[in-house]
Amino acid sequence: MLGRIVKSSIQNNGGLNRIFTSSLSTNTSISVICNKRSFLNIVPDPSVGLNEDQKQIQQMALDFANDKLLPNAPKWDQEQFFPREVMKEAAQLGFGGIYVKEDVGGSALSRFDAALIFEALSSADVSTTAFISIHNMCAGLIDTYGNEEQRQKYLPDLVTMEKVASYCLTEPGSGSDAASLSTKAVRDGDHFVLNGSKAFISGGGDSEVYLVMVRTGGPGPKGISCLLVEKDTPGLSFGKKEEKLGWNSQPTRALIFEDCRVPCANLIGKEGQGFSIAMNALNGGRINIGACSLGGAQASLVAARDHVKVRKQFGQSISNFQAIQFKLADLATQLYASRLMIRSAAQMLDEKDPQAHVYIAMAKLFACDQAFKICDESLQLHGGYGYLKDYPVERYLRDTRVHRILEGSDAVMRLLTSREMLKDL
Amino acid sequence: MKIFVPVKRVIDYAAKIRVRPDKSGVDTNGVRMSTNPFDEIAIEEAVRLKEKGIAKEVVAITMGPKASEEVLRSSLAIGADQGVIVNTDKPLNPLSVAKLLQKLAETEKPNLIIMGKQAIDDDCNQTAQMLAGLLKWPQATFASKIEISESKDSVKVTREIDGGLETLSMKLPAIISCDLRLNEPRYAKLANIMKAKKVQLTTKTPEDLGVQLNENLKIVSVEEPAKRSGGSKVTTVDDIVASLKKHSLI
Repeated sequence: MLGRIVKSSIQNNGGLNRIFTSSLSTNTSISVICNKRSFLNIVPDPSVGLNEDQKQIQQMALDFANDKLLPNAPKWDQEQFFPREVMKEAAQLGFGGIYVKEDVGGSALSRFDAALIFEALSSADVSTTAFISIHNMCAGLIDTYGNEEQRQKYLPDLVTMEKVASYCLTEPGSGSDAASLSTKAVRDGDHFVLNGSKAFISGGGDSEVYLVMVRTGGPGPKGISCLLVEKDTPGLSFGKKEEKLGWNSQPTRALIFEDCRVPCANLIGKEGQGFSIAMNALNGGRINIGACSLGGAQASLVAARDHVKVRKQFGQSISNFQAIQFKLADLATQLYASRLMIRSAAQMLDEKDPQAHVYIAMAKLFACDQAFKICDESLQLHGGYGYLKDYPVERYLRDTRVHRILEGSDAVMRLLTSREMLKDL
Repeated sequence: MKIFVPVKRVIDYAAKIRVRPDKSGVDTNGVRMSTNPFDEIAIEEAVRLKEKGIAKEVVAITMGPKASEEVLRSSLAIGADQGVIVNTDKPLNPLSVAKLLQKLAETEKPNLIIMGKQAIDDDCNQTAQMLAGLLKWPQATFASKIEISESKDSVKVTREIDGGLETLSMKLPAIISCDLRLNEPRYAKLANIMKAKKVQLTTKTPEDLGVQLNENLKIVSVEEPAKRSGGSKVTTVDDIVASLKKHSLI
């Protein structure tokens, strides 16, 4: 790793190579080293409680994030650039199908491992990582519910991220009440004919593969099926690219279906199984998004810690003030609790615990809310500087805000939790 | 062709170094450990030679306590084929390491040994040279480029020296110690990290190899470097020149 770092600094410094290599400490390498040092040597340390393999995976993801995402993330955010090439590089390391089986090129890791990876990657770039996580959710969905033919046809290109996938559940008129969706798919010979629209689709217009929940039967969840729709299918068009507060390194567009004919062979799972498929995929998706929140919060907290140590007011470093010290301690505690909840929920999903969805809901609710607050308070600790784009915190704040809304909003998480609590025993 | 790559588990380059209160050494308790960066470059180079079809087998070797196995796993994840650990809890100095490597090399007969030029913990930069002496093999240190001849019986090594670059040609078997510019190590792929977990490692002890560990090197005291004292400000170029002269820097 050090080789890579020193190498890049050598390229920057041209003729001064010799001095720099021999001293092993250039400005560039110092900043990268400090970065790594900060992420792992701050309380709460994200590697606490992990075994050697997990640490190795986390470290590798972190190195990749620091080298490939962090230097570009501000630019991608400002220019709304969708970094397909870097995602392909990530996929070469196995990040394109983290929990997809090996026969189609997946990494066959656990949800727990995936959460570690998303947390590490998002410490550099929440937006890009969140997209990778959605793509993983889709690939995992096809791996779990697709038939052999579908798996072999689509997954090899998805795990390499040569093609990327989008998840399409939400409609303009159907959000939290997802079972009320109205995009219709009517069988006509060996095709389904789709009419309707999907809203807020991450990757919409750029992704090659869309997993679309459509109504093939009567009202309610039982009438919903999951169809795989390819980008260039006639009758599928896209809305304008949405202007958003955050998540700018991934495009969001609406999907519009007008007599769009999709082969019946693209039905994922059984007819009428779509809602259950969608919800099961979301369970994993919620952990992923929660993990992305953790990474953003950790990076913000590190930035705040570093800032209060150098910022001087009233003749001293503001880290000497107890108000600041206690604030830092509170933020660290909230982050630690959030992380434990996400990881514990991921473990329940790995163990196929029938109660997992409730614990995932609580973890997602808590982690995404707390992480956003941590970003906000970290920004506050920066004072006016935190509001500037020269500092990274505002980007993490903007990017993690949407995590309280998507993959099931805060309200839906509360609904799932309380419903389970109030169930008749 | 078989390549040996010795790898050492050291305190991670990014970890904060603390000296033990009794000055007996550096505190490694709860400190992040990783593969010596120079050794990572050595592994990368060996794996590249294998990928080019020049080498057949890359054997990563480490020495020390059982925890050192993790650097073998990392090496396997990058592409080494085998991992050997010489297990001992005793302190190892360069001469002991060189003697243990000598024994391994005499039985396993590698065609090439590529190793980091130094470990970033004690910065000795001695093992490769000592090993070459013990084995009576040619050596090229601080390599920035390695080219194996087509007949695979010699190697051309470009090395970094004070005056610039020097190119040496050696007959194989030989020993090469590598510098940072030799290559840029890859990231281990997730799949390879998982595969590396399943590889059976070979464990040996210094006794197995019949090596008496050299214990005539004692650490007397380890201390933190002196804190940097503040500099002084100068106002004119003449002041700078005078000041530099005063400190005999020019």
